[in-house]
Amino acid sequence: MHMHKFEKIWLIFGISCLVIFLTVVGVSAFYMGNKPPSCLTTIDPEKVDQTKPFDKPGLHKVEGKEWDYELVYVASAFSYQPAQVEVPLGAKVKVMATTKDVIHGFEVAGTNINMMLEPGYISEYTTTFDKAGEYLIVCNEYCGTGHHLMFSKIEVVK
Amino acid sequence: MISSAAAKVKVDPRDAKLSMAHFFVAFGALAIGGLMGLLQTLVRSGKFELPWGIGYYQILTAHGVLMGLVLTTFFIMGFQYAAVSRTAGTHSPAARRTGWIGFWLMTLGTLMAGVMILLNEASVLYTFYAPLQAHWIFYLGLTFVVVGSWVDGAAQIMTYAKWRKNNPGQPSPLLSFMAVINTVMWIVATLGVAATVLFQLLPWSLGLVDTVDVLVSRTLFWYFGHPLVYFWLLPAYMCWYAVIPKIIGGKIFSDSLARLSFILFLLFSIPVGFHHQLTEPGIDPAWKFLQVILTFMVIIPSLMTAFSLFATFERYGRSKGATGLFGWLRVLPWGDARFIVPFIGMASFIPAGAGGIINASNQMDQVVHNTIWVTGHFHLTAATSVVLTFFGISYWLVPHLTGRKLTKAMNKLGIIQAWVWFIGMAFMSGAMHFQGLLGGPRRSAFSTYGDSQQALDWIPYQIAQAVGGTILFIGIILVLVIFINLAFFAPKGEEEFPVGEAENLQEKAPMVFENWKLWLGIAAALILFAYTIPFIDIIQNAPPGSKGFKTW
Repeated sequence: MHMHKFEKIWLIFGISCLVIFLTVVGVSAFYMGNKPPSCLTTIDPEKVDQTKPFDKPGLHKVEGKEWDYELVYVASAFSYQPAQVEVPLGAKVKVMATTKDVIHGFEVAGTNINMMLEPGYISEYTTTFDKAGEYLIVCNEYCGTGHHLMFSKIEVVK
Repeated sequence: MISSAAAKVKVDPRDAKLSMAHFFVAFGALAIGGLMGLLQTLVRSGKFELPWGIGYYQILTAHGVLMGLVLTTFFIMGFQYAAVSRTAGTHSPAARRTGWIGFWLMTLGTLMAGVMILLNEASVLYTFYAPLQAHWIFYLGLTFVVVGSWVDGAAQIMTYAKWRKNNPGQPSPLLSFMAVINTVMWIVATLGVAATVLFQLLPWSLGLVDTVDVLVSRTLFWYFGHPLVYFWLLPAYMCWYAVIPKIIGGKIFSDSLARLSFILFLLFSIPVGFHHQLTEPGIDPAWKFLQVILTFMVIIPSLMTAFSLFATFERYGRSKGATGLFGWLRVLPWGDARFIVPFIGMASFIPAGAGGIINASNQMDQVVHNTIWVTGHFHLTAATSVVLTFFGISYWLVPHLTGRKLTKAMNKLGIIQAWVWFIGMAFMSGAMHFQGLLGGPRRSAFSTYGDSQQALDWIPYQIAQAVGGTILFIGIILVLVIFINLAFFAPKGEEEFPVGEAENLQEKAPMVFENWKLWLGIAAALILFAYTIPFIDIIQNAPPGSKGFKTW
């Protein structure tokens, strides 16, 4: 099988770019800690309301952890608990969420917080809110007739 | 490859009939599915509401099932069946009977699923999303579509096997080889969706079991969901690699490299489903990243394809005396719909592929996951590159099969159709990409989310999508006019089924490419490598199962 010289050059160039690109993505994910949300903790989806920390949705100050606050959400068709929350500017927050019924999305529009909520699993993502303003949380995974009415709001305040 | 071609130049009328049967269903699905798409963009503009209590998510399900599963599967099976008949010889009566059984199974399944969607018993989208629980007839119908496609594909494999037996030691005709690669990939891939439907969703929707393991079901679905898009793409590649060179009057750049790229697609299309699940809990991030790496391996055959196609164009141009760096572009047959319609699709694949790289880039997916960016992405890949190529194929294949001619008027209308499509898609897909970067969600009806400023900022993009959707619907009407003309009204005559010849006929493709045990063995090893450990993890650490919900 014969390969043209130009094609060899083209493929060597392309594959080198690919290797560099994947290295950058990999180093960012595993060395700098920018992995996509992949929490492995499970929960009984029928007992969410009785299970800590989901028995108390909302923002909680915590001590002695890498983050300052835990922001706990419970999703169910077609709403999030809490429906509105205020977060201090610059706070490092661990967002923890789960669902009581079907699959939902959890996306804070305009940020990198974007995770699937699946029955039986807890989804987590740690981030710093470093820009003041109102942020919309939308359900971005189809969950039923009221899917587009499912939202919540985060106010980042000084 | 066409040395013994004289007898095979025309597809046998009995084979033509089965191919045409596929195309009638495919273009019927395009008509209804296209209307559903138009309605969605109108609803989401906020200026229009659906009458008679029809639900947005009902038409969304119909659009996805009709366009993503019915149009594509029927068109592909019809095209590949004809391509095998043309290049490996007329199908035997047994193979043809097998093909018809497959066709009717798929059609029956489509009707079952369609009726359940119409009755609003199955507004779960074609991606299922357990624990949303549709009527069991919906799941059974889609099972028939998949099983029917296996039977349908078996007809192509039978004729390919017969050719190999009659021509020992010879590489098979390129188009037949490519068709069989795609069919084999499809069979391996659909095992995943068949498993979740047969072992999880059907028993659960029938009430035989109470709960379903959601993550197992999703993982099985996405094991199928990504090779699904390559199943759509490879027939377009068949046209680009093996048909277009003949249409422009050039040669296939390299028969062997074309085969190698198809084999690479077979190997690297399947063990990659996690890149649809990057933001999901319950899957170890290291395994996600491993599948991201495997996902990117398909870039290699994509680069090979891009090189071959443009090499073919350039060498043809230079043979016509074109000079300068880009002079060869000018001599390409821009007035021939059979060339320019797929060419626009080909060109669209450059931005479409780049967007796909972003989607699959592990943590970068968080920026766009489940935003309408993704919808914009696959309307460039599937709904432009693939579908325009399918339209371009049908402009010569339909008259070839019906014994008619592509007239000058229809050729011109075909070119207009492609530009209408391109403009409509630039509006719709462009606006979807931008809105997605701002966070606008996909699969959602119109909403201002409690008058949130962010959501209000999305509305202009949604209006642009409705404008694009309307232009695209005009494009659908045009293509239906052409299809009906070519099927029933165009003047009788001979339309060529173009099959390209390799530039270097002395250089035979290595026989190792036809060693199915080898390639299927490597494919299986890669799948087991990518999935075994994470799948065991998912099952061992499973939470309590979910009962069914009907939230629509």
